[in-house]
Formats: sequence, structure tokens, C-alpha cells
Amino acid sequence: MARSDVQLMLDVKSGDDSSFELLLRKYRTPVVNFLYRMVRDAAAAEDLAQEVFLRVYRARGQYLPRAKFTTWMFRIATNLAFNALRDGRYRQMEVSIDQSGVDRSGDGESKQPALEIADRQPSIELELIRRDRAELIRRAVESLPEKQRAAVLLHKYQEMDYDEIARVLGCSESALKSLLFRAYETLRVELAPLVGAAQVQAQLTRPGK
Amino acid sequence: MNCGHTEKKLVAYLDGRLTMAERRQFEAHLALCAVCRERAQGFRSVWDALDELPPLAPSPAFDSRVKARLAQEQRRAGFWSWIMPSPRMAFAATALLIASIWLSSFQPAQLPVTHAPAGSPAQNTEAEFGMIKDLPVLENYDVLTSFDALSELPAQESAQPQSLNRL
Repeated sequence: MARSDVQLMLDVKSGDDSSFELLLRKYRTPVVNFLYRMVRDAAAAEDLAQEVFLRVYRARGQYLPRAKFTTWMFRIATNLAFNALRDGRYRQMEVSIDQSGVDRSGDGESKQPALEIADRQPSIELELIRRDRAELIRRAVESLPEKQRAAVLLHKYQEMDYDEIARVLGCSESALKSLLFRAYETLRVELAPLVGAAQVQAQLTRPGK
Repeated sequence: MNCGHTEKKLVAYLDGRLTMAERRQFEAHLALCAVCRERAQGFRSVWDALDELPPLAPSPAFDSRVKARLAQEQRRAGFWSWIMPSPRMAFAATALLIASIWLSSFQPAQLPVTHAPAGSPAQNTEAEFGMIKDLPVLENYDVLTSFDALSELPAQESAQPQSLNRL
């Protein structure tokens, strides 16, 4: 039977490093993606995500399973992202989806595209439309205020419960609901021209999605 | 229920997190309010649109970098734990260092302040020069006073009184 995240973390606490590797493998992609949407820079997101895991490991001795492991981990990730944005270490880098695929590893080894897109072999026209839409959505998400952005990312992509997100962001559940409402309302207005094009969307979200 | 409640209820309604009673109430409101209905539809479309954002794959070296950074930290921690085996010792050493720096900062103030004599600067310089000139003698004072070889010169000792007598 698969061990829960909390159990894995307790095993890490008692000196089992292989459990840490399991947590690393399980959460590296969600953490990198969350930080990428927060700091808007792929290389910075990798750096910060590594720091998240280092902090998790460093804190293993003091770990107490008071909350879900993900709540604890994303709280670390969120604080790191907020601090990085405040320090201005990662200025709002306008990395387009096309550009971000260029060797993010910095060591010249990785030449694969950064953004792994499911290969649906669409026509060139549809592919261009899809890219334009993705770019508009990305910009809309990234222009949300940082706390609203974090709330949306945790709600939509991590599918966390309201009480978990509220704990991560250090606010009440009621405040979180308002935060989410305002964020989605902003996105609704920003993406109005896009979400109205139902036909294109239907084509793009057909099998394989 | 009115539009004012939508802010707190709409997301939970779309997530299916309302109680049955709350849900019925909210749906009754949606049936009457075109603005809230449109907003609810808009939120659903936004959620669908967000699914279109392609995910970012971590670099292939991600895990090895985390492990390398951890190993580096552990090496550093090992070195420090060798130097300072316990946090208490580290604290005590730091406290001692701070205390010694703090105490040493008081020493110059406790020394008696020697005021320069009222003489001219030229006189002062001359006196200092004299002191510096005599320094080797002063430094070797102990050696010179207990220099056994001097006591083995009786001739000089006897000669001196004679010469004095002559005077």
C-alpha cells in the first residue's frame, strides 16, 4: 500500500532518504509549475523549487504532521515566491512560450523544449491559434496581484481545499473565497474575447486533452 | 439570497462544495438573476481556459541538483559540527568573543591620560628621542646588571679608587 505524504515525511524525519526522493519525484513538477506562474521565469522557478525541497529536507527534524504535507510544502513555496518578488530578484521577465524552451538548464545539456505540449498534430493554423490563446491566458494569470495569483494556482492546478489554501496564504476561508472570486472575475473580464470563442475552444479541447 | 452573496458562494457552487440547501438557494437566485448566471458561466469558461496553459517540465537535472545541493550542505554542516560539536558550545564561544571585544573596547579609556608638558614641541621631540635612544639599554637592563663577566675585572675596580684618590 502506498504510503501517505505525511508518512513519507515522517520516514524522512527518521532518516530514510529514499522517502525524500519519492516526495521529490512526486512534487517537483507541481512545485516548479506553481513557482513558474508566480515568478514568471523558468530558471528562477527551478532555483526556487530546489530551495523548497532543500527547506523541506532541512526542516525534517522539526516536522510535525499538523496539516497536510502539501499545505506545508506550498506554504514554503509561496513564501519563497513572495519574497523573491518583493526582493525584485526575479523581475517580471516576459518570457514567451516560444522563447522559454531555450536551454533552461544553463549547462548546455538540455535542448528539449521547456514547455511539454501534448502532441496532437493540429494544423498549423490551429496550432497558431492555440499558442495565441495560451499566451493571452498566461498573461492574464500573470498580471493578477500576487496573492490572487497564488490562490488561483493552488485552487485550479493543485486542487487544494479552501482551508488548505487559506492556511498557505495565511488568511481566513471567507477571505480566501473573496480573493478567488475577485481573481476569477478579473480573468473573466480579461479573457472575455477568448472564452467567447467557444467553437475554437471546442476544437482544441477535443480528445487528447 | 441576492447578488451580494455571490462573492462568497459562486466559487464554492462551481466546485460543488455547497450544502444541498445552499445549492438550492443559489440555483434559485441564478434562475432569477441573469448577471449572476452570466458570471457563473464566465467562471466555468475561465476554468476551462486555464486548462489550456501548457505545463512546464522540470529540467532533467532537477533531482540531481537538489541532491548535489543537499550533499554540499551536509559537507558544510559536517565541518562546522566538527569545529563546534554542539550549539551550546557555539553559543558560549560566540558570547566569549563578543564579551572580550566589548571589554577590550574599554581599556583605552581606563589608561591614565598623559597630558603633554607645557614645553615647546621641539623640546618634546627631543625628550622622546632620548627615550628612544635609551630603549636598548633599558630593555637589556637585567642582562647588564647581572653580567658576571664584569665582576671578573678587578684591575679596573682597583684602578678607579686610585684615580679618585689622586683627584
